[in-house]
Amino acid sequence: MTQLDIPPQAGRARPRYEDLVQPARVHGSLYTRPDIFADELERIWYRTWVYVGHVSEVARPNDYVRKNIGPQDVIMTRAKDGQVHLLLNRCAHRGNLVCEADAGNSSSFRCPYHGWTFRNDGDLLGYPFSQGYGGRGQLTEGLSHVARVAVHQGFVFGSMAADGPTLAEHLGPAADEIDRLVRLSPEGEVEITAGFLKHRTRANWKLLAENETDGYHPQFVHSSIFTVAESGIGTLYGETSTAVTRALGNGHSENDLRPEFRRLGQPLGWFGTTESKVPDYVAAMRRVHGDAAEDILIEGAPHVMVFPNLFIAEIQLFTLQPLAADLSVQHVTAIQLKGAPEMNTRMLQQSIGSVGPAGLLLADDTEMYERNQVGLGELRPEWLDLRRGLHRERRDERGLTIGDATDETGMRGFWAHYRQLMTEGGSR
Amino acid sequence: MTTAEAVDVRRLEQFLYREARLADEHQFEAWEALWTDDGLYWVPAGADDIDPMTQMSVIYDNRRRISTRIAQLQTGRRYAQVPSSRLRRTVSNVEVLAVDGAETTVQANFVLVESRERGKEVWAGRYTYRLRLVDGELRMAYKKVALVDNARVLPTLAFLI
Repeated sequence: MTQLDIPPQAGRARPRYEDLVQPARVHGSLYTRPDIFADELERIWYRTWVYVGHVSEVARPNDYVRKNIGPQDVIMTRAKDGQVHLLLNRCAHRGNLVCEADAGNSSSFRCPYHGWTFRNDGDLLGYPFSQGYGGRGQLTEGLSHVARVAVHQGFVFGSMAADGPTLAEHLGPAADEIDRLVRLSPEGEVEITAGFLKHRTRANWKLLAENETDGYHPQFVHSSIFTVAESGIGTLYGETSTAVTRALGNGHSENDLRPEFRRLGQPLGWFGTTESKVPDYVAAMRRVHGDAAEDILIEGAPHVMVFPNLFIAEIQLFTLQPLAADLSVQHVTAIQLKGAPEMNTRMLQQSIGSVGPAGLLLADDTEMYERNQVGLGELRPEWLDLRRGLHRERRDERGLTIGDATDETGMRGFWAHYRQLMTEGGSR
Repeated sequence: MTTAEAVDVRRLEQFLYREARLADEHQFEAWEALWTDDGLYWVPAGADDIDPMTQMSVIYDNRRRISTRIAQLQTGRRYAQVPSSRLRRTVSNVEVLAVDGAETTVQANFVLVESRERGKEVWAGRYTYRLRLVDGELRMAYKKVALVDNARVLPTLAFLI
């Protein structure tokens, strides 16, 4: 056998990410090596802004819900004063879980092991038999906070690094896509209240993140459902589609389907329905937005992947949770638009049909992720190809890189940012 | 005499076993033919008794979507089931809960082993059926599958459960 470019488990040396991530190809070991996964946790998941949850999941004071940042078990709480906190689910005493329930309402968490009690803003309230510590008020160790918490349009992000870019800097133009989503609610707010499906995926998280704005695969992976059900999705990702794939910077990307929806020119065409089916919603939107309602209703919802773990697929919200180099969980729910009950029922029922373990779409995507992971165990060819559409890439009016509907522009943007994060401060 | 004793339990059981075998063996047309025209096939998520009109389910198929699901499987390109999972399930603890006119509500436990190239999965839970006589034949108007792990992370479920 001739020499491989990068031998498997290359010695004990730290991987050189400059070599593994190249402009038009990436190395297979990035998806399979446990040491690389450990590096990613440290350099990406425990550093950059990660989407954790939505304020509507803790709507009332003292509500809490268990969330995650990769393998980290995070409790999202709303304190009595309305402030949202992200707390690590680990007792300050001996590390037991302080919260077992998935969600609830409580002003405090009591560790079952030795009875230490913490307020839902993380502060230590008390510890039994206090004389063993010299009396009450001697200890101050609370629950650990995710270092930084920031909210955009109700979307709560956390960064485990005390310093770094602000959320606004991290999101950049991806924030506009979130804004575009919430604008579809007559009240300008989305609600995440429909509960999550949790779909186990025996594959590396990056395969999922890359696929979210891959406009090349739908015609093949989803051809079965396009054959048997009326779906406009197929043509959006055809070779002649006028939609574009856009790298939004900082690893974010989108399939901008608006050119196709504008061509269709029909309010709610993006959702496969018509005004007459949801008259109250359309009336409410016209009341709020006046003449601008027409464009909003024609252009529809975004299809955007926010690095590293938030995917808004028009009417669904996905979060990606990496657990090991070859294990991830997709959490998915139907987005609900505040003040739009007619839309919400439809968004929920469409989502149930499409996503999750039995989804007519997502079960097949997940099958691809898992086969991909197995395939990547083979040693050759070493590289994954990222060239699609490189020759026709161009800049839009905002200076962002765009490609055709089926081009790998989004993936290239993802990897450029990945490489930057993994090499910041130099390779070790 | 309770109403439950008035129905032919053996006949109901035979129906459940047949339905299980057709699903295990991917006999899609025969399985679909067991449904009434208003059939509802439901696998709740998060808990057994959620409101399917406001909460996500794993499956909440009306009759039309049952047909779509079957038609998709029959294309040979439903990749999550290409190749098909090898399946066998045991159905037991059959209880007749209610008889309401022509409709009988039956519950049963099940344990199902799924074998695929990437491993083996064990699925378990409780079925609730509403069975109805249509032209002298038993038909399913409702099948609910309350998975024991419906609040946890689930693998792909692209076969008929």
